[in-house]
Amino acid sequence: MSKVLVVTSGKGGVGKTTSTAALGAALAQGGKKVVVVDFDVGLRNLDLILGAERRVVFDLINVIQGDAKLSQALIRDKRIENLSLLPASQTRDKDALTDEGVAKVIAELKEKFDWVICDSPAGIEKGAMLAMYHADMAVVVTNPEVSSVRDSDRIIGMLDSKTAKSEKGERVEKHLLITRYDPARAARGEMLKVDDVLEILSIPLLGIVPESEEVLKASNVGAPVTLNNPANAASRAYFEAARRLSGEDLPVTMPMEKQGFIAKLFGRRVA
Amino acid sequence: MSKPAPSQTSPNPPALRVRGRSFITLVLAPESPLKTWLETLDAQMKRSPAFFAERPVLADLAGLADKDPDAPKILAELKARGLTVIGIEGLTAESKLLSKGFWPPLLAGGKPLNNVELPPEEAPAPPPPPEPTALLINEPVRSGQSIVFPKGDVTIIGAVSSGAEVIAGGSIHVYGPLRGRAIAGLMGNPQARIFCRKMEAELLAIDGLYRTADDMEQALRGKPVQAWLQGDSMVLAALD
Repeated sequence: MSKVLVVTSGKGGVGKTTSTAALGAALAQGGKKVVVVDFDVGLRNLDLILGAERRVVFDLINVIQGDAKLSQALIRDKRIENLSLLPASQTRDKDALTDEGVAKVIAELKEKFDWVICDSPAGIEKGAMLAMYHADMAVVVTNPEVSSVRDSDRIIGMLDSKTAKSEKGERVEKHLLITRYDPARAARGEMLKVDDVLEILSIPLLGIVPESEEVLKASNVGAPVTLNNPANAASRAYFEAARRLSGEDLPVTMPMEKQGFIAKLFGRRVA
Repeated sequence: MSKPAPSQTSPNPPALRVRGRSFITLVLAPESPLKTWLETLDAQMKRSPAFFAERPVLADLAGLADKDPDAPKILAELKARGLTVIGIEGLTAESKLLSKGFWPPLLAGGKPLNNVELPPEEAPAPPPPPEPTALLINEPVRSGQSIVFPKGDVTIIGAVSSGAEVIAGGSIHVYGPLRGRAIAGLMGNPQARIFCRKMEAELLAIDGLYRTADDMEQALRGKPVQAWLQGDSMVLAALD
């Protein structure tokens, strides 16, 4: 049974695209057939993070408008053969997305892949709405700071009211991924505590990804961090998050400063 | 030795059972002139259609003089109104009226009962369920959501997030942290109150009077709190 997963946040710059690439790669490295779909039409980035920018010929909009077949637009990753990318168009804007077009593409992708991961644009406008509309599950990416948390709260409200599942009276399964967590700053009280974020958003915790230079480095070389440096703490957090998405019940690792980010059991289980 | 086969036994004829049963039937007594009587009947049936619906009736034709030219029509007229005439009475077998057409059995010897009380009016339709005067929200109110219920109280089981608002005609009860806005007594109700388990509101308002987070006692933040109006000012107090 294939799953449609949206990676969303409301706020920009919190790590949606990085997380999409890392989770998509981690799931694919685990043997699943994965496609990552860039919904950020006009501000396409996912192709860069995946190092596929020089191979883009057709894109999501071409497929929606019938100018290209889905198979022509899909780009298979050179390193992980289970991982494909459906890039966004850089020359168009979000108005080129249509309800029926997106529905058709998602349905077609569901036939071919185990996981369809939609990288949502920031904001709450059409692009973000269409990215989440068909989702079975959502990963809400949040930084431990107030504006990001409030925007995530808003997005969670929309996941509960503006998706195909909610219209049928069902629920989108929501997971919280805290990214750019800096244990040193958290210890000094310069960041929201994980507990505070969880209390405000009250959705199950999928993982805590520490702030790491490796994430930036990986982006610069065009590789998901889980592929570029699998032993890194951030990569491990993504690998664990991917296993939880697949239904495994693992305790969440709390990044620690003193132990050089060495994982320590946090003692909290995802619900 | 061998028993005779059952088929060979001469069967006892089954006893014929006859039982009596009595019913109470409505008796309609048409009067002359028939046209006027039918109009009265129509009016009654319109007022109380359920009373006559699918009821078998007896027609007492004594009052309908043999001379009434409309008398032979009586059966058809009753049938047209959905009334099933199961018998007639008040006539003799020699009556001229019976010589023409087909009539239900002529009955005699019925035991009279009192006049049946006709319902003056149809029992009024069950009143529509009263408009709900309270709203229960069983999930968190997220940032950007707005709950508006001018008709009465709102109860929220869960948090009201920063950037969310709850607007009620009556009181607001939040079984969780109140971080957004709560606006009670919207339609001019100074009796309305705001209750919450954890007070972190951005704004509280009752009947148009409001206080922002800046104007609230810092000591109450994070505590279970209620807010109400005392004259022209809003009072906040810890609940325990």
